[in-house]
Amino acid sequence: MARHVVATVDDIAPGQRKLVHVQGRDIGIFNVGGEFFAIANRCPHEGASLCKGRVVGLVESSEPGSYQLSRPGEMVRCPWHGWEFDLRTGKSWCDPLRTKVRAFDLKVEEGAALVEETLLRAETFPVSIERQYVVIEV
Amino acid sequence: MSTLELDRGRPAEAKLRVIDCDIHPAMNAWTEVHPYLAKKWIEHLTIYGSHLRHAFSEALTHPRMSPDAARVDAYPDEGGPPGSSLALMRSQHLDANGVAFGMLIPLRWNPGSQRNLDFGVALTQAMNTWQVERWVKNEPRLRASILIAQEDTVGSVAEIKARASDPNFTQILLLPRTDEPLGRRRYWPIFEAAERNNLPIAVHVGGTNGHPSTGGGWPSYYMEEHHAVAETMQSVLSSLVFEGVFERFPGLRVVIMEGGLGWIPSFSARMDKHWSRLRSEVPHLKRSPSEYIREHVWFTTQPMEEPGRASQLIDLFDRIGWDRLLFSTDYPHWDFDDPRHAFKAPLSEAQRAQLLYGNAQAFYGIG
Repeated sequence: MARHVVATVDDIAPGQRKLVHVQGRDIGIFNVGGEFFAIANRCPHEGASLCKGRVVGLVESSEPGSYQLSRPGEMVRCPWHGWEFDLRTGKSWCDPLRTKVRAFDLKVEEGAALVEETLLRAETFPVSIERQYVVIEV
Repeated sequence: MSTLELDRGRPAEAKLRVIDCDIHPAMNAWTEVHPYLAKKWIEHLTIYGSHLRHAFSEALTHPRMSPDAARVDAYPDEGGPPGSSLALMRSQHLDANGVAFGMLIPLRWNPGSQRNLDFGVALTQAMNTWQVERWVKNEPRLRASILIAQEDTVGSVAEIKARASDPNFTQILLLPRTDEPLGRRRYWPIFEAAERNNLPIAVHVGGTNGHPSTGGGWPSYYMEEHHAVAETMQSVLSSLVFEGVFERFPGLRVVIMEGGLGWIPSFSARMDKHWSRLRSEVPHLKRSPSEYIREHVWFTTQPMEEPGRASQLIDLFDRIGWDRLLFSTDYPHWDFDDPRHAFKAPLSEAQRAQLLYGNAQAFYGIG
């Protein structure tokens, strides 16, 4: 496992996402209202790119005729068959135990702290002390 | 139980060889077919519009998943609806998925359901020329379908005759929600023309005939409508069988497109059971219903069934007949099947090649 700087926080506006390529993996970085999450980009069903899916809230119902919409922007729907994945955990809503995409540890860190770190693999990503960065562990 | 994992990556050197029997081409704008429509029909469309037997004639009978029933990732960068860009179709689908041949299934405007029969026939003529000029001439992997307006059998037969010798076309296309069940004799001139020209009849889900889409009336949800396509295909098959179409036209071949697969064995068995008891009502049947289906009917694979156990999928293919299954993706629609992942069962290389390519190669006589 190694830590990778993959974006500045300004790269990805709230509600947006960025596809990054780290250690041979395609990973989607999602900004949900200022919180950042990282999940693998491939839908486990037939391989579609989750970064191309729509980001939605969670629709639930306590009984027929009643709808509740919560957690705005915290689910991504696969662009093909619409499977919903929880951006916080990578778990699918319909089958959370068996069907999930890998969620990666992610931190937002100050550039000032990152430039001190010797193990950081950010060769192609200049880090300046004034900015904040999205760092994932892969 | 296994856990679905993300990292079972796409094979880097995927040597796919696929015949995709269900690709939906779209128009950037309706004016794309104007060059192939008589001026009077352009004016008709401008003044009166399209007339289907439902409200909002340019809408679908049910709101679909996503606009245009489309994959969210299939919108061309240059604008236009999914399926309208040949460049994107090539890069995203034909090239990426090893498609050697693809069958065009144009759906919009529903000419077979137009209440104005002459307009419907004119639309089929225009859309058939459009398929060739816009798609097949620019992409040799694609093949056109002879779209017909089945409620006008004279016009349909004339259009079949006009296109039958053109190798750009591989089949006759109609949508199953017809005014009457498809096996009724009013449609027999179409079957006669198909048999005479050795062209299969493709029946792709759709059509707007004014009848509720289920026997219990109009459903509330798209999810119900999506299941009702299987009911529709069942009524097509039972009508073709019990009206004696396959007895009257022994060379007729039918391919049922996008109707699902899981119901076919039980439906066939149920018809056989009834036939063994009630045969004398339909004495024109010389054989059991399942025999006619096994001999005359093929099925496209998408949307592929995904049973909990892989062995159930193998059993299903055994019961339908491996040689009757024609691979299809439904590109660019949202329920697209990827040829790498569609069959969630261990298949031998020979079985995979048969499903993805060999069966359609034999069926259409191409490749």
